[in-house]
Amino acid sequence: MIKNSKNQLFSLALLIALGISIVFACTVGPEKIPFMVSMRLLLNKIPLINQLIDISDIDQTYATILYVVRIPRVLGATLIGMALAGSGVIFQGVLRNPLAEPYVLGISSGAAFGATLMIVSGLSFTIFGMSATAIGAFIGALLTMYIVYNIARVGKNNSITVLLLSGIAISSLLSAMVSLMISMNRDQVERIVFWTMGSLSSVKMSHIELVYIPILLSVLVFLFFSRDLNVMLLGEESATSMGIDVAVLRKILLITASVATAFSVSISGIIGFVGLIVPHAMRLIVGPNHRYLTPSSLLAGSIFLIISDTIARTIIAPGQLPLGVITAIIGAPYFIYLLYRNSSISRG
Amino acid sequence: MDHLKTKNLSFAYDKKLILDDVSVDFESKKFTGIIGPNGSGKTTLAKLISKLLNVNKKTVYVNKDDLTDIKVADLAKKMAMVPQASQINYDLTVYEVVLMGRTPHLKRFQRESEEDLEIVESVMKETDTWQFKDRLIHQLSGGERQRVIIARALAQEPKILVLDEPVTYLDVHHQLQIMTLIKRLSKQRNMTIIMILHDLNYALSYCDQVLMLSDGKVYKSGNPMDVITSDYVRDVYNIDVTIIEHPVRKEPIVIY
Repeated sequence: MIKNSKNQLFSLALLIALGISIVFACTVGPEKIPFMVSMRLLLNKIPLINQLIDISDIDQTYATILYVVRIPRVLGATLIGMALAGSGVIFQGVLRNPLAEPYVLGISSGAAFGATLMIVSGLSFTIFGMSATAIGAFIGALLTMYIVYNIARVGKNNSITVLLLSGIAISSLLSAMVSLMISMNRDQVERIVFWTMGSLSSVKMSHIELVYIPILLSVLVFLFFSRDLNVMLLGEESATSMGIDVAVLRKILLITASVATAFSVSISGIIGFVGLIVPHAMRLIVGPNHRYLTPSSLLAGSIFLIISDTIARTIIAPGQLPLGVITAIIGAPYFIYLLYRNSSISRG
Repeated sequence: MDHLKTKNLSFAYDKKLILDDVSVDFESKKFTGIIGPNGSGKTTLAKLISKLLNVNKKTVYVNKDDLTDIKVADLAKKMAMVPQASQINYDLTVYEVVLMGRTPHLKRFQRESEEDLEIVESVMKETDTWQFKDRLIHQLSGGERQRVIIARALAQEPKILVLDEPVTYLDVHHQLQIMTLIKRLSKQRNMTIIMILHDLNYALSYCDQVLMLSDGKVYKSGNPMDVITSDYVRDVYNIDVTIIEHPVRKEPIVIY
């Protein structure tokens, strides 16, 4: 019981930290905007409070930078971090495998394949404010997921293993196709590689408007099934005998997590590591109870991605680093430190 | 409320017939032991009746209801299952594991009530697990863990309890402890117990009735002393045994 109130306190601390991260990330960037100006511009977007804020004296360029560049980007990091870390918790819980992460079923390579196909074909159009590349990625991700599920459904025995292995097989095939397309279209190498390493540099408000509903709905589904996921920790047979329809639960959660990941990938490219290490790090802090693990992972995922993206866009300003590079550079050593400190991670 | 029977139940994995036309009546409030050599279909039968494997319509009945018509969520309020030696590799405390047994009785966002906590405490005391309720499940010995899993099943307040070889991996002391515990529970709580056993002596001394399986078929069923005879055991297990009277307890025992 003591642990539970400690965990609630920790979630609250993460929520506050997320608020601070969002505000902080909006106020820093290569263009120097005075802190108070950023704050006033931010507050102006909040209903009711905006009545009290007068921004008529603020330079229009500042407003544009904040509203068109920074806020969408920070919101993107918040949503995508949440979607990836949340999906990571779900994949690890449902597949009962500590190595599972949102891309494990071939979603990333499917998205990369779709995006690369769009890039090399030179098609350029927008639907609902999504670029051709984003649409290619989204369709590629969902199509791959669909194929992987159906391969696993044909093999009856131990479907989790079949699911994971067919994910790996399809991934390898699609990665090979991406490499093939790259070698035949050398002029596009930079775009393709940049996309596959993830970036939030092209996130626009229209993207946010498109993805926030599906991502937040997925998050609600993740939270909704917390107790079922806890029971799953005791094993599939025990879970069934405690009244959990394991097959149905698995289908609902894997599809939801995959869809959330597909939406994320389509606007940001492949951002590695978040979905793997955030859930593990949180498990070491709050334990395996999903009532605390899921919410804290959602919040920590957002915070981690906001900080990583802030570094990615400021450290070599005006240049930008791929986001996947930063998440791995911060994430990997921290993860190794956690492993070193706490051997319980090997128990999943 | 607690009557379970199968009717011409068959089951095959990839065309290999595991259970062949099994019709058994697990009598209400009785302790039934399922015995038979490896591969005779004991575990498959236990999994089928507890809905861990899919059964065909009109083959398994809980009271008057066809098992295929009962949702797993509803079944879990009536029946609990203790699977074969289960490892739990997560940092869950013993108390948390047993508390999960209340899941079938809770609505989705409902927290455990005082009553739920009382039930958990009482089953933990009954199984002698209350003393280490705050320890982590993966730090327990085999016997302690098995008692926790049984406590978890009891927390479901089942009418029917299915156990798949609950004592196989335990030392003699803990084997007796668990067998005695189950026997006591079946009497005190009027539960229907269905237990897969390897040790014929346990079947003889603890069970009210015994079901002997051989090659997926029911070889014999009934009173333990009528089923576990040297002739039948030779026929099914292909070994010669002698059945004598225990010098102290004056009960029949099997000598291999």
